[in-house]
Amino acid sequence: MTGAARTRTGTGTGTGTAVRTTAGRVLRQVLLAVGLPAVVVAVWWVLSAGSTSYFNPPLSVIVGTFGDTWFSTPFDQSRFVQDVVPSVLRLLAGYAVALVVGVVLGVAIGSSRAFRAYAEPVLEFFRAIPPPVLVPILMLFLGIGTSMKIVVIATGCLWPILLNTVEGVRGLDPVLRDTARAYRLGRVATVRHLMLRGASPQIVTGARQALSIGIILMVISEMFAAKDGLGFSIVQFQRSFAIPEMWSGVILLGVVGVLLSLAFRAVTDAALGWYLGYRQSQHGGV
Amino acid sequence: MSSTTSPASTAAGPSGGARLVVRNLRKVYTGRGEPVEAIADLTFEIRPGELVCVVGPSGAGKTTLLRCVAGLMPATSGELVLGGSAITGPPQGMAVVLQEYGRSLFPWLTVAENVELPLKEKGVGKARRAELVGETLAAVGLGDVTGSYPWQLSGGMQQRVAIARAAAYEPQVLLMDEPFAAVDAQTRFELEDLVRTLWKRLGITVVFVTHDIDEAIYLGERVLVLSARPTVVLEDVVVGLGAERDQLETRGHAEFARLRTHVYELVQQAKAGVRSLADAHLTHPGAAT
Amino acid sequence: MAGRRLPAWGLGAAGVATLLVVVELAPRLGIVDARFLPPTSQILGALADRLGTGEFWVALGQTLTTWFTGLAISVVAGVVLGMIIGSVPLLRAVTASTVEFLRPVPSVALIPVAILLYGTGMASTLLLVIYASFWQVLVQVLSGAADVDPVASDTARSYRFSPLTRIRTLVWPTTAPYAMTGLRLAASVALILTVTGELLIGTPGIGKLLGVAQSSGAVASMYAYVVVAGLLGVVVNAVARGLESRVLFWHPSVRGERAA
Repeated sequence: MTGAARTRTGTGTGTGTAVRTTAGRVLRQVLLAVGLPAVVVAVWWVLSAGSTSYFNPPLSVIVGTFGDTWFSTPFDQSRFVQDVVPSVLRLLAGYAVALVVGVVLGVAIGSSRAFRAYAEPVLEFFRAIPPPVLVPILMLFLGIGTSMKIVVIATGCLWPILLNTVEGVRGLDPVLRDTARAYRLGRVATVRHLMLRGASPQIVTGARQALSIGIILMVISEMFAAKDGLGFSIVQFQRSFAIPEMWSGVILLGVVGVLLSLAFRAVTDAALGWYLGYRQSQHGGV
Repeated sequence: MSSTTSPASTAAGPSGGARLVVRNLRKVYTGRGEPVEAIADLTFEIRPGELVCVVGPSGAGKTTLLRCVAGLMPATSGELVLGGSAITGPPQGMAVVLQEYGRSLFPWLTVAENVELPLKEKGVGKARRAELVGETLAAVGLGDVTGSYPWQLSGGMQQRVAIARAAAYEPQVLLMDEPFAAVDAQTRFELEDLVRTLWKRLGITVVFVTHDIDEAIYLGERVLVLSARPTVVLEDVVVGLGAERDQLETRGHAEFARLRTHVYELVQQAKAGVRSLADAHLTHPGAAT
Repeated sequence: MAGRRLPAWGLGAAGVATLLVVVELAPRLGIVDARFLPPTSQILGALADRLGTGEFWVALGQTLTTWFTGLAISVVAGVVLGMIIGSVPLLRAVTASTVEFLRPVPSVALIPVAILLYGTGMASTLLLVIYASFWQVLVQVLSGAADVDPVASDTARSYRFSPLTRIRTLVWPTTAPYAMTGLRLAASVALILTVTGELLIGTPGIGKLLGVAQSSGAVASMYAYVVVAGLLGVVVNAVARGLESRVLFWHPSVRGERAA
């Protein structure tokens, strides 16, 4: 795909000698990656420049507000430390709980056919419940404190991780299972070297779905009732009609989402290095 | 089934193998629907350090037999004894090489790690593990790809990894289930010689299941010919081809041709439903060593 | 082994029965506070009660309308844009970073914006639904379009197929299976966002009734709506899955993927 793109634009630009060099290629990659976002931002900037609309403040104003809103001095009193950091910490805590519980339960359920048949319909039901609906229920039990938010995030993230782990363990190659048994791999080694590694592609898929659900729940758990947090701040801004601040919060939330997904990918790419090559060899290198 | 002394068994070198006794083995599959009797009544014995091949028509329950011996599947009735103790689960000191080489190797482990994992689990020390892994991979001609992943290798090379894994495990008995059914003919010859070499060097008991008659005769000291299912042993054929085998010479031998004809006829009879040697109509003289 | 004695559906039914019994007994035995978790019988009673009201059925209709509208718009937009972007390498290269950036932006970030722009009407929730489910379709269609056999593609070019013919005979048949997978994923995401929007923004529908039940302290009704939302999700999942496997039963890559 990149090869095709290269030849095309190569003939199109045709500015001469430098195009074929490595530096030129890197520059092209950077341009391709940054080009459209830059254009979009520029268009937004220009179109909104003269905006007098209350709801669509000029982008320049939003950007101007950004620093003051989130990174005011002193730094430890800024909204970034007071609101964004607690939000992200709650997200990570809930996510970690879901990951551990989901994988452990998933391996247990996935490795027993009877247990799987027993639990599956119930699990499918829990997965199908829209996670934000959990907030009013858990508020009954846990009030509106930090623990409620962490449990909300954990419960929402749990199902995709759990069900994908079950699926991954179930789908393990029977030949591989036999091999592990024949070489008398113990319980621990079987879980560690066979089930967790073999199910890791599915676990990662589940964990990725769970991460986006987690971010959503991080925000939503703060929208009902909270005293700090990124979602709380955005809603406060909206309700008090601090529109540029609200927009800056929306943008920050977007950035948090993107950064988390980049971090996720960095971690999982390392763990799944073998899988890409394996898939390619199975599909005849398509 | 009386087992006569095979002329080659004494040449098997230092016997690090274990005796395998199969007595009145019966296996009935009870899944959904009608129960299927795969194995009716199998009785045979394999002496320590012997290399025995098992052939039979397709669907003769060869794989069922091997899975029962490997302890991967419980027998319906009968006795399975390896080295003096009954087989209830995968026994100690046993290694297996399966037909699906690509699927029996852990794709997330490198070649060396694949060989090493069972050793780790067996409690072999780190230094000794490295030694065994290096040695066996070199012995199967894979000394230079230890860091690769299995799926980066050709089919024949993958099966070599599986063989190296089994050899490094230092088993007393090695079970092989149609291990070369899916590799090309030339690789197959090489791998057959590799099995013979390893067997002689390690002095282990080898049970080699195959559907290929030539392969069975070339490799085995004895060939067990099975009937169609429900399976019984049709004949226990002794292969008098000596300890040294050579792809060209052995296969050109008159005795090889005679055995080949004989086993071929037996398998044909088995396919036609014959269940005992007495009922078999053989146009060529039987085994008469 | 136990599976042999009892068929899988029997075990599954036993699992559901266990859940119902546990939820019935836990509050009755005082293990959990009955004010927070009413017993099964009360939840089901409240559900039956709700089912008898016109309000419930109107709300259900509203939820399904929002869900379907949002899903339809994002599927059409995702398929059309995905095929155009996917079949022009330059467009693909230019948009890749933008897609990667916008996709993980949490859709709920748009809630305040939606409220400001559209108030609490259906349009607000639709914005969330479309934003969230559009990416599911687009990303699938993009990988489908990238999967077009290069040899077939070259053949089409050498026979000077018009762009439209090229898309109809080459890109679409390859992409369709991926689009179906995108549709399945989008269908459940759209439902989640529909109910979320109703709950948080106050767009009329099941989610709004749930919110009302919560704020008025009608706990059993609240649970009844949660059950309805869950069952709705199960049905949407099952239908989408059935549709996908019916359309794609022949497709080897999809079959292989499922087996893997």
